[in-house]
Amino acid sequence: MRACERSSREKSDYEEMDLSNLGDIISKHKDHTGVLIPVLQEAQKEYGYLSEGIIEKIAGELKLPLSQVYGVVTFYSQFRLKPHGKHTIKVCMGTACHVSGAQEITGSIATKLGVETGGTTKDGKFTLEAVACLGCCGLAPVMMVDDETYGRLTSQKALKAVRQYKKKDKEEGD
Amino acid sequence: MVCKGTGCLLSGSQKVIDAFRKEFKKANLDDISIIESGCHGFCSQGPIVVIKPEEVFYPQVEPEQVERIVHEHLGQGKIVHDFLFFDPVTKKKIPHYKDINFYKKQTRIVLRNCGSINPEKIEDYLDNDGYFALKSVLSVTPEEVIEEVKNSGLRGRGGAGFGTGMKWEFARKAPGEKKYIICNADEGDPGAFMDRSVLEGDPHSVLEGMTIAAYAIGADEGYIYVRAEYPLAVKRLNIAINQSRKSGFLGKGICGSPFNFDVHIKEGAGAFVCGEETALMASIEGERGMPRLRPPYPATSGLWGKPTNINNVETLANVAWIIRNGAKKYNSIGTEESKGTKIFAVTGKVKNSGLVEVPMGMSLREIIFGICGGIKDDGQFKAVQIGGPSGGCLPEELLDIPIAYESIAKTGAIVGSGGMVVADEKTCMVDLAKYFLSFTCTESCGKCVPCRLGTKEMLEILTRITYGQSNENDIELLKKLARDVKVASLCALGGTAPNPVLTTMEYFSDEYEQHVKEHRCVAGVCEDLTLIAIKESTCQGCGICIKHCPVGAITGEKKQLHIINTETCVKCGVCITNCPFDAIYRV
Repeated sequence: MRACERSSREKSDYEEMDLSNLGDIISKHKDHTGVLIPVLQEAQKEYGYLSEGIIEKIAGELKLPLSQVYGVVTFYSQFRLKPHGKHTIKVCMGTACHVSGAQEITGSIATKLGVETGGTTKDGKFTLEAVACLGCCGLAPVMMVDDETYGRLTSQKALKAVRQYKKKDKEEGD
Repeated sequence: MVCKGTGCLLSGSQKVIDAFRKEFKKANLDDISIIESGCHGFCSQGPIVVIKPEEVFYPQVEPEQVERIVHEHLGQGKIVHDFLFFDPVTKKKIPHYKDINFYKKQTRIVLRNCGSINPEKIEDYLDNDGYFALKSVLSVTPEEVIEEVKNSGLRGRGGAGFGTGMKWEFARKAPGEKKYIICNADEGDPGAFMDRSVLEGDPHSVLEGMTIAAYAIGADEGYIYVRAEYPLAVKRLNIAINQSRKSGFLGKGICGSPFNFDVHIKEGAGAFVCGEETALMASIEGERGMPRLRPPYPATSGLWGKPTNINNVETLANVAWIIRNGAKKYNSIGTEESKGTKIFAVTGKVKNSGLVEVPMGMSLREIIFGICGGIKDDGQFKAVQIGGPSGGCLPEELLDIPIAYESIAKTGAIVGSGGMVVADEKTCMVDLAKYFLSFTCTESCGKCVPCRLGTKEMLEILTRITYGQSNENDIELLKKLARDVKVASLCALGGTAPNPVLTTMEYFSDEYEQHVKEHRCVAGVCEDLTLIAIKESTCQGCGICIKHCPVGAITGEKKQLHIINTETCVKCGVCITNCPFDAIYRV
C-alpha cells in the first residue's frame, strides 16, 4: 500500500482507532498455522473494515511481509479496505437472479441513490454491492439490505425497500 | 414441522414459528411440538409447514394463516383446504407431501433426513440410524471400507466425477504418517445450493461420511472449508461437531476403538476459485487461493505437503447410506457408468424451483417438466444451463438425454455441481454466455495467462456483440479463443470457463448471427439492440415517464398517449422502472 494512496479520511480513522482488541485477536491465533485469514476475518468483524493501521499491525505481529498480507486482503472479496455505509445493499448476481432481471434492479437502485456498484453514497448511508449467489434462487431476484432479505423483487419493490430505510433513519433523527 | 432452511427463513419462517408458539399457548396444546427442520428443497414454496404424522403439506404459510391451521387442523383434525399446495400441472390441490409430483418422483438418499429431522439435535439423527455406519466400519479394515465404496460406484459430486473409492485408495496408499481429509463446502457455482441445504438440514450425515473417509485413508485431522456466505451452515456444523465430540463420534478413541479423528471448520473469504482443490488448500494454509500445478496430486502431497483426500459435501453425505445399505443397493440405482442419485438445484423460469434428488439417468425433460412443473407463466422453454459457469446451455432437442456424467459431457456441458437454470424466450443466450464469462473473468485468480487474459478478451468480444459493435470475424475469433483457453489453462476454472460460450454458439448460433449481422436481440435483453416503446392500450398519459426521462425523449399531452423519440432515447430504461402501469417495454 503506497502512502500517497492514503486518503485523509482513512488516515484520521487510523489514528483514532483503538486497536487494543486487535492484539487479543492476534494472540489468540498466533501459535497456530495458517491463521492469517481467520485473523483478518475477525479484525474486520471488530472494526468493520481493514484500515492500513490494522493491516500493518497484523503483518508485524504475525511476522509476515506487509506485501503478503495486502496480497491476501485484496485477493478475497470478503475483505474491505474502506469503511462501508450505514446500510449495505447486496443485490444477488446469481444465475437465477440474472435471468430474472437482477441487472435492472441494480441499475435502478444505482440511479436512484446516485452511486456506482461497489460505491457508497456521499452521505455515507448506503453501500451498493453486486454479490455472488446468495443461494436463495427459488426467490429470485433477491437482494439483502443489512441482514434483511427481499425476494421476488421488481425495481419498484427494491426501491420501496430502500426508501423505507431512508425513512426509518430520518425518524430516528439520523 | 416448520422449515428453517435459508430459503424459508428468508420468506419469513421465523415469524410463522412464533405465530405457532403463540397459538399453541392460546389453545393449550401442550402435546404438540414444533420441529424446526432443515431445508425441504421446495424453496419457491417457502415457508413450508408439514404436519406430522399425517404429513400434510402447507406451502407459503403466512403468520396470519397459522390460527386456522392450529384451530381447524390440529384442533379439529380437518385439513385446511384453502392453504394446500396447488399443483400447476393437474390444477388440483394436494394435501399430502408424498403425493406432490415434486417429491413423488425423487429418490432421496442424500436428502433423506433434510426436512424431516431437527438438524440441531444429534438424537434425531441417531433415531434415523445415524452413526450406525461409522460404528460398523470400525470393526472392519480400512481396505474393506474402500472396497465397499469402490463397489458402490460412487463418484465425486463436486463436478469432476472422479471415483470416490479410488481417490481414497490413493490417499491410503500414499506414504506418510500424517494425513488430512478435507470436506469441500465452498459451493460457489451461482445457482447451486444443495451443499448448503445438506449442511443446514443434516450436518451429521456429512460428519459421519467424513469420519468414515478418515478411517479409510488413515487421517486423524480434517477440515471443512465452508463458504463465507453460509453463516447458518457454519452455525449448524459447529453445533453438530460439538455434539459428536460429546457423544464420542469425534475425538480420541472413537466409539471405544483406537481410532482418533477431529474436525476443524475453515471459513472461506469469498473467492470462487477456492472450490478448486489445490486453491482451497492454499487458502486453508492462509495464502492467496491460487491453484497449484498437478501432479503432485493432493493424495500424495496436499495440505502442508501431506497426503490429503478431498471430497465434496454431497459425496460425503452418500457414504453412510452406502455402508448401511450396501454397495449393491447403491449400485442398482443409476446408469452403467454413473451410479446412485444426484441433487439438482433447479431454478430460473420453472414453476416449482428447488432441490431435486433423482436417480442418475433420468431425462432432463422429466426433471424440468415432470418434477418442476414446466415453465413459469406458461412461457416457452428455450434452454437449460447445467453445471454453472463451467457448464453449458442445452436446447429443447437435447432434453431427452439421460443425466449421467458421460452423456452430458458429450453435449459440451457438464453435470458439475448440479446447478440447473432454466431459461425461457425472454432470456438472451448471448447475454447469458456473457454473464457466465464475466463471472469467471472476475473470479480468475490471475496465475496463468490463458485464463487471466483469455477470459478477458472473450468477454470483450461478447460485450461488443451485445452492444452491436461487432464484425463478422468476431464469431470465429471467439470460437478460436474459447478453444485455446480450454486447452491451455492451469486449472478447471479456466479449462471449463469457455463451455457456456461454446455451447451457446453451437446450439443457438442463430442468435449470435442476429446480434452480429442484424444488430438485433430477439429476447429484448441487450439494451443497445432494442428499442423502447409504449403500449398504446396501457398508457394512461400520466406524465411520470416524461418527468423521469433524463434526455427529454418522451412527449405527450396529459391523458393522451405518450410517445418516445427513438432518435433522442438513450435506452436507459428509467421510464420502464418508473411507469406505474407497466406500459413501457423493450422490443
